[in-house]
Amino acid sequence: MNLTLRIWRQKGPEDKGRMVTYPVDDVSPDMSFLEMLDVLNERLILAGEDPVAFDHDCREGICGMCGLMINGDAHGPQRGTTACQLHMRQFKDGETIDIEPWRASAFPVVKDLVVNRGAFDKIIAAGGYVTAPTGSAPEAHSTPVAKANADAAFESAACIGCGACVAACPNGSGMLFTAAKLTQLSLLPQGQPERYTRVIGMVDAHDEAGFGGCTNAGECTPACPKGIPLNTIGRLNRDYLAATAKGANNTPGS
Amino acid sequence: MELFTEGDPIADTKAPAGPVEKRWETRRFEAKLVNPANRRKMTVIVVGTGLAGGSAAATLAEQGYHVKSYCYQDSPRRAHSIAAQGGINAAKNYRNDGDSVHRLFYDTVKGGDFRSRESNVHRLAEVSVNIIDQCVAQGVPFAREYGGLLDTRSFGGAQVQRTFYARGQTGQQLLLGAYQALERQIGLGNVEMNTRHEMLELVLVDGKARGIVVRDMITGEISTEMADAVVLASGGYGNVFYLSTNAKGCNVTATWRAHRKGAYFANPCYTQIHPTCIPVSGDHQSKLTLMSESLRNDGRVWVPKTKGDDRSPKDIPEDERDYYLERIYPSFGNLVPRDIASRAAKNVCDEGRGVGPTKLGVYLDFADAIGRLGRKAIEAKYGNLFEMYERITGEDPYEVPMRIYPAVHYTMGGLWVDYDLQSNIPGLFVIGEANFSDHGANRLGASALMQGLADGYFVLPTTIANYLASGPLEKVDASHPAAVEARTDVEDRVQRLLAVDGDRTVDSFHRELGQIMWEHCGMERSEAGLRKAIDEIRALREQFWQRVKVSGTGEELNQSLEKAGRVADFFELAELMCIDALHREESCGGHFRAEHQTPDGEAQRDDDRFAYVAAWEFTADGEPSVLHKEDLKFEYVHPTQRSYK
Repeated sequence: MNLTLRIWRQKGPEDKGRMVTYPVDDVSPDMSFLEMLDVLNERLILAGEDPVAFDHDCREGICGMCGLMINGDAHGPQRGTTACQLHMRQFKDGETIDIEPWRASAFPVVKDLVVNRGAFDKIIAAGGYVTAPTGSAPEAHSTPVAKANADAAFESAACIGCGACVAACPNGSGMLFTAAKLTQLSLLPQGQPERYTRVIGMVDAHDEAGFGGCTNAGECTPACPKGIPLNTIGRLNRDYLAATAKGANNTPGS
Repeated sequence: MELFTEGDPIADTKAPAGPVEKRWETRRFEAKLVNPANRRKMTVIVVGTGLAGGSAAATLAEQGYHVKSYCYQDSPRRAHSIAAQGGINAAKNYRNDGDSVHRLFYDTVKGGDFRSRESNVHRLAEVSVNIIDQCVAQGVPFAREYGGLLDTRSFGGAQVQRTFYARGQTGQQLLLGAYQALERQIGLGNVEMNTRHEMLELVLVDGKARGIVVRDMITGEISTEMADAVVLASGGYGNVFYLSTNAKGCNVTATWRAHRKGAYFANPCYTQIHPTCIPVSGDHQSKLTLMSESLRNDGRVWVPKTKGDDRSPKDIPEDERDYYLERIYPSFGNLVPRDIASRAAKNVCDEGRGVGPTKLGVYLDFADAIGRLGRKAIEAKYGNLFEMYERITGEDPYEVPMRIYPAVHYTMGGLWVDYDLQSNIPGLFVIGEANFSDHGANRLGASALMQGLADGYFVLPTTIANYLASGPLEKVDASHPAAVEARTDVEDRVQRLLAVDGDRTVDSFHRELGQIMWEHCGMERSEAGLRKAIDEIRALREQFWQRVKVSGTGEELNQSLEKAGRVADFFELAELMCIDALHREESCGGHFRAEHQTPDGEAQRDDDRFAYVAAWEFTADGEPSVLHKEDLKFEYVHPTQRSYK
């Protein structure tokens, strides 16, 4: 296959950035999208040009490090698939493909297609855990968990933190990410003691990090490579409302 | 010139004496403690945020130490432990199927082909039960039965169901549990987290590990960080083969730099080739993808009985198929350990019975399981794996059997550590895949997660206190001459890589190195092949330093520079791996020497000559390494010819 790539190039956070066109020939349909970028980068390096910086690591769709806007879609055209798992057989010979970084004010561009997603870590640090210091755990079978709840918790826990939901959202909201963690923990008995302080802490951290609010645009779930359902945000809202009604705030013990 | 010389044996591993089941308890009681008020004044550096590093950093911070954590990814949640699929072993015996701490201990020593340390393995088995409790308390969503209790399944090399799992994403869920505990400590100000930082050197002061040199991968700034102790949890070195199931960024640099500073590297030739990976599709291939071993619970492995049978698998009738694992190993069948399944696949492909376009593949067929349990049940168990397979290959495994082939997956070798997980450099601790200690010559499935979390949550936090309590250490900062020297070395190396400005990319060298290693130091090794590989590696390394082309500068985000530094270290490691494989004139676990096999083609150990850990000491560039032997004693599990027939 022969393709024309239009790739966002930006030297650093201060640079304005621009789309640059690169023809790529001899692309095999069995290549992954990132392998196709590898081929381009090898060529650029030998030509003495700066290769395209992009994030990636596991290349099996689980680490959440890769993230590209491909023709305006987060992770590209195939649903339920990260950019690293997208294969070139999804494209047509002769096609022009636009490749851009995630665009959201909470994810500033570092270089080319690399963005800073540290804001997600801050949301987790603000309550996305169960306080269970090592060694303090009771015997695992002391608290049975209904299979339906365990399975539903798992569905939400499958989030890989890639940020596609934010990139797809017209408001740049990180609500699907936040709600996924909240849903997982609120479905499990271990998550109950901190349930309401957690939701306040995480939502506050979300807002402080510069993510936009959720207006139910519904763009996040279709873009999510793990298919985290939209109703997790409904659960977040219910818990948030309950927490505010209870007067819970972010201070432990209240 | 000699390839190596032999030095003094390692006399003491610091394991307490007494019955094996009492040793960890003894150690915990004898370990010195650090007063909580003093912990705040002590800093521990932890490199890597996978299961071992993440859990260690979180636990040390909970205990009150000041922790500095480093990872090369943009978030600690992305460490490659996240990709582990199948599960985690624990001797809970919830199934009442005859499991026990002793049986897990026995299976692990046997599975490691009698090349691991009994004391360490027993401790691992003991601690395994605490790990499950800890993870459940954190909210890890393990698979459960309808009654609400935890579900388990069986895994290769075991006849009991002791593997706990979360769909095909167990590593992800366990890692997120550790990551969340770590983030909690970051939020509380107890851990200083440094993402996108790569360790490039170890700093020794008066023979003790006191710091590291790191490069900020965004700005290129090189800085020195000092501490009271350094913990390396930087994972394995499978990427020396270029193609492996490791993440692209996985590298040996942290442990190799420590090795060059004096830390022994143990059993580097013990690599695990995983039997169930998606076959290579072409020259562009950048990594290999694992299909969880758990699939062997329900999938049946076969190839056509006749060579060169090009029919579609659907058209090959039952009696013309060879379910070779079931045929050769009737008692374990498709669930034989990984080394055995891998070599069997290689053998049938070498016979010309391989399948798929490259003929380097065998079928993993779910037709029987789908017929017996229904498609829905198979979907519930393995749905995500089947989808992943289809995305990569374009084939639907519900309709057509999967094609699989072995690929490099895990490295049992690593930095040598004593019972306390401390290397021979005081103050340098090594945990998880980065050390060598628990898996011998072959790791059993679902044991990597167990070891990473055992080390990080339970073992290291106890043993490191014993070291720190022996202080206080002299206060040192980045202006110490040893720190300045280490930092200058790193800066020089970066400049050297940039200055070559040759005509070949880093990846082209890495790919070629990987081919040499796969060919001669992969599933089957021979004296002639290893000698050839050593010559080829040396020649290629010379070429690398003359012809590599690294673009850009050191003062920016420069992925080609990052790769160049890692590949330079892989070259040195590769040579040591081949020397280790050459010197070990026996077959054991993942190390299969063509010259040493039983009449029916199984690994033939030589316990009289090789029942030891080979710990290698670096001397100088171009000079032979020194071999130190740690004799292995088997008081409880007596070495036998492993049989899974």
